[in-house]
Amino acid sequence: MEAVDPGIINLIIFVLAIFVGYYVVWSVTPALHTPLMSVTNAISSVIVVGGLIATGAGGLAAAFGVLAVLLASVNIFGGFRVTARMLAMFRKRK
Amino acid sequence: MSANLAALGYLVGAVCFILALRGLSHPTSARTGNLYGMVGMGLAVVITLSLLSGASLWSFLLIVIAVAAGGTVGFMIAERIQMTAMPQLVAAFHSLVGLAAVFVAAAALLRPEAFGILGAGGIKLVSLLEMGLGTIVGAVTFTGSVIAWGKLQARFPKHIEERIPEPVLNVFRLFMRSAPILLPARHAINIAVGATILLLLLLFMATENGFVFFLLALFSFALGVLLIIPIGGADMPVVISMLNSYSGWAAAGIGFTLNNPMLIITGALVGSSGAILSYIMCKAMNRSFVSVILGGFGETGTAQTGAEERTVKQGAPEDAAFLMDNAQKVIIVPGYGMAVAQAQHAVRELFDALVGRGVEVKFAIHPVAGRMPGHMNVLLAEANIPYDVVFELEDINNEFQTADVAYVIGANDITNPAAKEDSSSPIYGMPVLDVDKARAVVFVKRSLAPGYAGIDNPLFYRDNTMMVFGDAKKVTEEIVRALEA
Repeated sequence: MEAVDPGIINLIIFVLAIFVGYYVVWSVTPALHTPLMSVTNAISSVIVVGGLIATGAGGLAAAFGVLAVLLASVNIFGGFRVTARMLAMFRKRK
Repeated sequence: MSANLAALGYLVGAVCFILALRGLSHPTSARTGNLYGMVGMGLAVVITLSLLSGASLWSFLLIVIAVAAGGTVGFMIAERIQMTAMPQLVAAFHSLVGLAAVFVAAAALLRPEAFGILGAGGIKLVSLLEMGLGTIVGAVTFTGSVIAWGKLQARFPKHIEERIPEPVLNVFRLFMRSAPILLPARHAINIAVGATILLLLLLFMATENGFVFFLLALFSFALGVLLIIPIGGADMPVVISMLNSYSGWAAAGIGFTLNNPMLIITGALVGSSGAILSYIMCKAMNRSFVSVILGGFGETGTAQTGAEERTVKQGAPEDAAFLMDNAQKVIIVPGYGMAVAQAQHAVRELFDALVGRGVEVKFAIHPVAGRMPGHMNVLLAEANIPYDVVFELEDINNEFQTADVAYVIGANDITNPAAKEDSSSPIYGMPVLDVDKARAVVFVKRSLAPGYAGIDNPLFYRDNTMMVFGDAKKVTEEIVRALEA
């Protein structure tokens, strides 16, 4: 049997991850929908890996790469920090 | 590090991200979840760096500088931002993900061999498709989020406004109005731009040409602006969720290009998260996603306020205090106006004062109260109001009939009984909080002006409604003072 194309495997991962996302997100309590947005924003900055690879490639690609790393870093640190700040405020009745 | 080991590491990172989202099912587990998220991100960065064996020392130095500079800026912003400004912060952050996706795609086009996407005769066709789609979605996310940020921000702080020359400021003001901007033939323009983008995508796949890529990005940037300007302020909860979703799909598109499982999984998680939030918001407004996207809602402000004189019962804060003092149960309904007036701390004082007098106090939150999903919950949490007295619409709506007072602060459309009773109303069918079932309704408002949907609220004219006109914060503070006098 011929080997499966990596693109197909990526597609399989993608579709399964959408299902995981669907069920996980429905279990999020509505009270935490704002932190959900800020934390999804932070994790989508994992696009930083693309920026890192580009920076390593050198040349003009590295210029785009550094910019991508810069922008993603704002998001990573900002996103996780602001999420932590919000979550720290949610308290039960004493 | 071997490619296999790296892939397994990325898998661990992706699982951390899933746990980060899973943690948000409850406030107590959410903090741990956030830590998982950070671990996952750290893992992703370390693994990727370890794969850059061929890179020069110079590259690593650049990376350190970029991370330090970006990280510091992000951290400082996150540290200082006011909770009321959270919607515009999230919009701004989305824009960065979108732009980063465009930059990564551009870099991949310049140095395909570094990204492992070279086939026999140039870049693989499927990679070009993935790259192109990632760019389109990323570019739309970028400009769309910038416009959404402007609408949410509404204006610059005074000291910044003074430094911007008048003509430039006027352009900013035009785009930062929360009212929809409706171009003539906007649907035709959007379709034309969309079709051009599709053609450019095909051309890009056929030619692998850098200039075509540039045009593709440019038209997608334009589409992002065109898509968001016709959408009014009240629909921002949908827009911001939608852009959240887009930023995820853009990341996934780039993940396909890079063959990176962690990016693909994360993109899918974020994409579906934003999509679900959009769905929840649309449902809470009884609007279809398409009607929100087409925009134009709330531009008219032509409320069908009949010419007949209807009387309004008006009261002073002292009267409101009297009602609440004699109540056994008070339900507070906050809305966007509470955020605008920064009244959450005053509300907390009211909560304390009432609880101290033996009154049962609960909060009722409508899903679209505020400018983003969960906006009100965060503000109440900021003011130290315990989350176990804060309830969602479906959990508390039956309780209004047993409440003595419903205190509506800065909300309007989400309490409008016309949504239940008047089939000709534009918001007919939208789920609303049944505040009219309470024995008395105290409504704090600046004036009788209609809400963002531009619809009159019959609740104002009911016998059991008392209007207290004034600033939400001031009025609440005066009620507290009267209670404690």
